[in-house]
Parts: sequence; structure tokens; C-alpha cells
Amino acid sequence: MTTTIQINGQPREVQATPDTPLLWVLRGELQLTGTKFGCGMALCGACTVQLDGAPVRACSTPLSAVGGRAVTTIEGLQGREIGALRAAWTTVDVVQCGYCQSGQLLAAAALLKATPRPSDAQIDAAMDGNLCRCGTYPRIRIAIHQAAEQLAAPG
Amino acid sequence: MLKRRHLLLGGLGAGGALLLGWGLMPPRQRLRGHQPLATGPGQQALNGWLKIGADGSVVVQLAKSEMGQGVTTALAMLLADELDADWAHVRTEMAPIDAIYNNITTVVDGLPFHPDDHGLLQRGAAWLTAKTMREVGLMATGGSSSVKDLWGPMREAGASARAMLVAAAAQGWGVAVADCQVARGVVHHAASGRSAGFGELAARAAQQPLPQAVTLKTAAQFTLIGQPLPRREAAAKQDGSARFGIDTLQPGQRYASVLMCPTLGGTVASFDAAAAKGLPGVLAVVELPASHGASGGVAVIAATPWQAMQATQALVVRWNAGPAAGLSSAGLHQQLVQALAADDGFAYFKQGDAAAAMQQAVKTIQADYTAPLLAHATLEPMNCTVLYTPASGGQAGSAEVWAPTQVPGLARWAAAKALGLDSEQVVMNVTLLGGGFGRRLEVDFVAQAAHIARALPGQPVMTIWSREQDQTHDFYRPPCVARYQAGFDAQGRLLAWTAASAGPSIVQQFLQRQFGLPGAGPDKTTAEGAFDQPYEWPAARISHHIVALPVPVGFWRSVGHSHQAFFKESFVDEAAHAAGQDPLAFRLALLARHPRHAAVLRRAADQAGWGQPLAPAADGARKARGLALHQSFGSIVAQVAEVSLDPAAPKRIRVHRVVAAIDCGLAVNPNTIRQQMDSAVVFGLGAALYGEVTLDNGQVQQNNFHQQPLLRGSECPLIETEIMPSTEPPEGVGEPGTPPIAPAVANALFALTGQRLRRLPLTLA
Repeated sequence: MTTTIQINGQPREVQATPDTPLLWVLRGELQLTGTKFGCGMALCGACTVQLDGAPVRACSTPLSAVGGRAVTTIEGLQGREIGALRAAWTTVDVVQCGYCQSGQLLAAAALLKATPRPSDAQIDAAMDGNLCRCGTYPRIRIAIHQAAEQLAAPG
Repeated sequence: MLKRRHLLLGGLGAGGALLLGWGLMPPRQRLRGHQPLATGPGQQALNGWLKIGADGSVVVQLAKSEMGQGVTTALAMLLADELDADWAHVRTEMAPIDAIYNNITTVVDGLPFHPDDHGLLQRGAAWLTAKTMREVGLMATGGSSSVKDLWGPMREAGASARAMLVAAAAQGWGVAVADCQVARGVVHHAASGRSAGFGELAARAAQQPLPQAVTLKTAAQFTLIGQPLPRREAAAKQDGSARFGIDTLQPGQRYASVLMCPTLGGTVASFDAAAAKGLPGVLAVVELPASHGASGGVAVIAATPWQAMQATQALVVRWNAGPAAGLSSAGLHQQLVQALAADDGFAYFKQGDAAAAMQQAVKTIQADYTAPLLAHATLEPMNCTVLYTPASGGQAGSAEVWAPTQVPGLARWAAAKALGLDSEQVVMNVTLLGGGFGRRLEVDFVAQAAHIARALPGQPVMTIWSREQDQTHDFYRPPCVARYQAGFDAQGRLLAWTAASAGPSIVQQFLQRQFGLPGAGPDKTTAEGAFDQPYEWPAARISHHIVALPVPVGFWRSVGHSHQAFFKESFVDEAAHAAGQDPLAFRLALLARHPRHAAVLRRAADQAGWGQPLAPAADGARKARGLALHQSFGSIVAQVAEVSLDPAAPKRIRVHRVVAAIDCGLAVNPNTIRQQMDSAVVFGLGAALYGEVTLDNGQVQQNNFHQQPLLRGSECPLIETEIMPSTEPPEGVGEPGTPPIAPAVANALFALTGQRLRRLPLTLA
């Protein structure tokens, strides 16, 4: 059967069954491999994508639950927040192995959109479901603050 | 191509190079591979480590896998600096498999000698090992050895190519080589004002003889080495375009999911795949042998990854549990304790007569320590993609493999063996690794993926393990028990020190599962961290008793150091308190002839404010500090941890701040060194607070991250890293930050609560 979903601003037809997790639709059928498989149980955050701008775990979101909502992956994420975050990520030298970073950036971009100047506690609350085995956490925190400052700066 | 190779070899001074082969050349001569590098249009290979394009691009060969430790940047810097390349024009690609890329350092460092031992036996063994490893060794990324291993060869490669480029320019201009300068990829002749870029010179440079000798830069002449350059592959990891093993996409790719025997080392007795075969997309069901340390199992190949995963759930398998059946964590612990009580094992270090000195002590202390099995939990689960093309119509069989591996040569060999091919018939593509930490020094998943792909000839098959399979079929950090004793005189001075531990041997198991070699002899990795330390014991005996266990054990970031440092540095702390001394002063007194170690310790202590009052946490909780010093992989690290307990949950340990100091010799890239310290601390802290794999009936009890938590961002301390200035050759960086964190935290908890925690993970009573 064919389902049409909105991926990164484009309607895409997919053949997967409705119970197929969005993660495997993205990675398998649509070949959007920026969204990563980590645990399959919404425990690690590596598969984080945005549904209508809110971060969700694609490994535990069946295709049937996506409906007409806009799916945004790391490949299609646009806007001021991700621009500022990527710049800060580079300045602060966040990434190491990089496997969790798509999910980290999707979660951080959603955070800044909702909370432009997050406190440490707000960063913890938004980011604690995104595990990093390389320990980039201290730099992620610094980079989120830095991106927030840059977005708040006039001009 | 062949013609040029002859020319180049001629440049070595004789066809003699061919006749004598590499075997008689000094170990550092690792410039040219057995095969010349494959070149693209307009590219010239000046040696086995770089190609230069007509456009001036410098393509550096990466002989080490990128698993987050930053080799893509650090190794390119070594070569580019000596080449005087324009950093903006430097690119990297994975090196082919060739003996010149074999890792010599990690094997030489694995010899069971104390770091202070530079005697004839040590030097002879190191030389012989280096020589042997260059020929029969392995390409391997591990042992924190990448920069150390290639510090010589890659700088020589850069300097050698630079000399060839200069010679080509000088010849063309009819000027003296000595009158030419190189900067940012351009050769200049000041007197005539002429200049030429590397791209213009590359073709003629490739015709130049290989320089007999090159002069490497002094530290003061470096332009890139020592700079905190940003990571080269960062952007690709921020936009989703970076390709890890699991991101391999080949035309017509199929997907396999596996179900392995839940009892470690078990095999398939029989299975019923009827239900699985009836599910949508299923293409084949394959029984899996227990090879290269993997348990036996069954795989399902399907059109999509989800279909394959779903279908494995429908398999009905009867298992042969094998030798681990009946093994529990409690029984395993008991076995190690009994083995240690019966025999303290092989002495890796002896100083004086420790037993006699202990007899003379007026005060002695003794403590027993324990460390559990640990999983690697790379965030990218085990996976490997294989395309097998069988022999047909006189055409020999072949295969192509895409693997996130730390050992490409071994992985290629394992895949070839599984496919009934020779290694030379298999093309190995090393992808980015979503974490390695030693797990990807194993080739179980590669051999398995090859075996699976054999069932679907002509179609690329990606085998992906679920998190549950990954977590329950790892090569775990060895469990270990230890007994420490110290004796003091009437003034509280240390007289005697003994340390004995027991656990399985990684190296013996590794040689057995890869090559079928029977385990024998001492294994440095069992006792490293206990015996190879700088403390100047008046009398000491440090030993380890190898206990064979039917549990697969492997190289877990910092290997033996990871638990031995916890035992050793905790007991140093106990000894300091028993002697009535400050833990810092006590350690410094044992480092009189080790000024580098003492300096590292002082730096961390000063930076952390050791001995100064410590303000309470924001919620008012009292804080305390703990200290640890440890040497591993050639580097010296001291850490001071600040801890408190959560007032709302008084057994919940919080680590607020970690101050680290490292002496890793010359700091090639301070940026990646700081990143690795962050990483090593977080990795070790997660293990110290939560890490524990337990067995029941030979089955791992932790399936996913809800049962085996990793450290989260909210639990992550502030980490400050002091890099000691040094012009000594670079030493390891990826692992040395891990060992000291557990004892630093344990020692801080003792200072805070008076509870001495001698078991990992740290759990307050």
C-alpha cells in the first residue's frame, strides 16, 4: 500500500506498512540515513526527528502515526536556529564520532525554537534523552548557550 | 603505474630494495607500500601516504579508522606540516590494506615491561616485535596508538614528498635545491622570483628519486602540529551526510537481522523458519556458525531492515547452550576469588623482597576490590555490508565489504574465510565508526555478515544487529578481583606493597577466536595499570592470575587500566589515610624520581584547589574532592573530582567538576586532546556509576539502555583539562583519561562519607 508523508517540505510516497517505524522508512525506503538507529526503544535519541517542529523518536513512531504532519530530518532542517547551532557546534568543536549528533541537533533546534534563551535546567530537560557515548555533553551545553546568544544578538 | 614503481624503487639506491625486501629495512621505513596507491586523473602518488592532484590537492592516506578520536585531523596534520602543504587543500581518504600501515606501536607497547625498563631485554624485544609486526602484524586502530605509531612515518612521508617537489622545481628552474623554499603548497625561488604550486610540480616530482634521508622539522618549525585545529569531518557530522557503516547504500541492497544464542558461546540445535519465511519481504533464512567469538544464531534476509527485524521475531530456535550454561555473576566472582586465594599468579613486577618487608612492618592494611563485566555500547550497533560475487565462467569469486572496523586487514581476512575466498579477492571499505572503544577490534560481525551475504550472491546485504543483540553479544571488559596489601614502619612510611588480581585473559581469548591459537603465557593487559606505574615502592610484588572463563572478553577503552587503576589508586588513597598523610603528599613522596608524574599531579591539584575550602553545591550539599594519578598508553593523567550527594536521594552520587592534567608528550592537536579527555572522563564515569553487565545461566541480563544506563548530559560534570607543555614525542590520548576517574570519584566519596567503596559500580551503603 502507498502512504504519502511530508518529508523535509516534500510529499513523498512510501510503500512501507503502517506499523513500520518512521526511522526505517527514512533510512530504508527514502535513503535518508542522517537519522540514526541506536536502540529501537526511544531510549537513546539517536533517531530524533521533528514532527511539526517537535522532537520525536523515529524508532518508536509508526508510519501510521505520522499522518499529515511535517517530518523534518537533519538533511532538511532549516532556519535560524539550526544555522546558529551548526556555527556554535563548529566553534565549540562538539562532535566526536558524530553518530548521535543528528539527534542532538534536532533536539537542540526544537529547544531554541520553543525556548530562545534556555537555562541549564531547561537544556537538561530538553536534551537528557539524547545519549552521547563519546561524552560531548559539556560542549553541547556550551554550544547551545552560544547559539542562543548569537540568535538574541541584534542584527 | 608499474613502471613508475620501478623508477621509484630505483630511487632507493638499487633494485636491491626489491631483492632484499622490506624485511631488512629499519622499522621506520614505512614509506612505500607493496602496491603503489591507486590514482585518479591528474593525481600522482609520491609515496604510500599521499597523492597530489594537478589541482594542488593533497590527498592524505588514513591508515587508522576515524571513530571520534580525531585521527582524520591529527594524522593529516603530521604529514601536511612536514610537506608545508596548504591546509585548505588537504583532503583525506582511507588507506588501502598494506603492511606499511600495520600498527607497530600498539604491539610493542603491549610487551609486559615496566615503562621505566629500558634494559637490553626490553630493547631487544621491542626491536624484534617492531620488525615482525611490520610484516605480519595488523592494521589496527587501538591502544591509543594512532599518532604515536605514525608520528615518524607520516612526517617522513611529508618531508620526503616535499623534497621531491622541491627537487622537481629546482631541476626545472636550473637552480639549487637549497635556494628553494616551500610555504602553503607553493615552492619559491627567491632570487629569481619564480614559484610553482604542488599541482604543477606533482608529475615531475613523481619521477624524482626517493630521498635517501630527510631532515624533519624541529618543534619550533612546526606550523600545524601543536595548533588546536578544528576537526576536519565535523561539518559532515552536523548535516547528516557523514557515512557510518550503517549508512552504506549500495544498489539493490538487502538487509539482514540476526538472532544469536542468548547463552554466550552457544549454538543452534535446530530451528523452524516456516513462520518467518511467510512474512513479507523475507528472502532467505541463514543458520550462523559460532565463529570469531560470536555465538551461533539464525539470520533473516529481507528487502527492508524492518522486515528483517520483524521476521527474526518469528523464528523458533532451539539452542545448544554450550560451556557458559549455568554461569552466573555470583559464581564467576567466587571462581575468581578462589583462584586468587590459591595462587597469586605471574609477577609482572618485583622490587626487593616484598614478603620479608611486609613481615617487618609495624602496621599493615589489606583490601579486596572487584570490577564487573562491562559492555562497549557503541551507539552505532554492530553492522557490516557484504556483496559476494561467486566464481563463474572462469572468473574467480570476489567480494566487497563495507565495515566500521578498527582492523581492516583482519576483517577482510575473516570475510574472505567465510566466503571461501582469499583476502586478495576481497575489497575492504572502512567507513566512519559510530564509536569503537575496542569493540570493533573484533571481527565476529564481519565474518557473520559475510556468511549471511553468501546466501544471496550478487546482492549486497547489510547485516544490522539490534541493540539487544549488540548488548548481549559483546566482548566484555574482563571481570577482575584484586587483593592489595601495604605495610608501614612506625613513622607511617610505606615499606611494602603487594597487589594480586585474577581474571580472564583478553589476548589469549583473542588469539584463540581469531587464529585458533591455544592461550598461553602472561598477558600484559591483565595486569597493566597495576604493575606499570611510576610509584617508587621500597618493596613490591604485583601479579595476576589468569583464570579461563567461558565468557568472551575484549578490549574495552583503556583495557586492563580501566579497572586496575581503580584498585591501585583507591588503595594508594587507603594507604595515605592509614599513614595519616594527605593523599597528594603521600603520592608525591613516592614520585621523587618521577618529576613528570609529580608535575602532572601538582598541576591537577593546584588547578582544582586541592587543600582549599570547597563551597557547597547550589542546593547546599557538602562537597568533597578525590584525587587519582595514572599512567597508561605512554601518557600521565591526574584527575581531581568534586562530588556531593543529592539531598533528595542521599545515595545518589553527583560529580560536579573534574580537573584533569595530562602529559602526553608533544600535544599534536590540543583541541582533540581536550575532546578526548572529556570523552574519556564521561566514558569512565558512566562505568563507575552505572556500568555492570551481569550473567544468569550464561545469559547477559542487560538488553538495552533502560537496563544498562549510560551517563546523561544532566549528570555530566564540568571537565577542565590542563595539557602539560612538552617536546617529548607524542603518546596516547584516546584512553588515558578513562582509568583515573573511577578512583578519583571513589576517593572523593571516601572524603565525603567515610565509606570506602571497593566494588564497581560505586554504590553507597
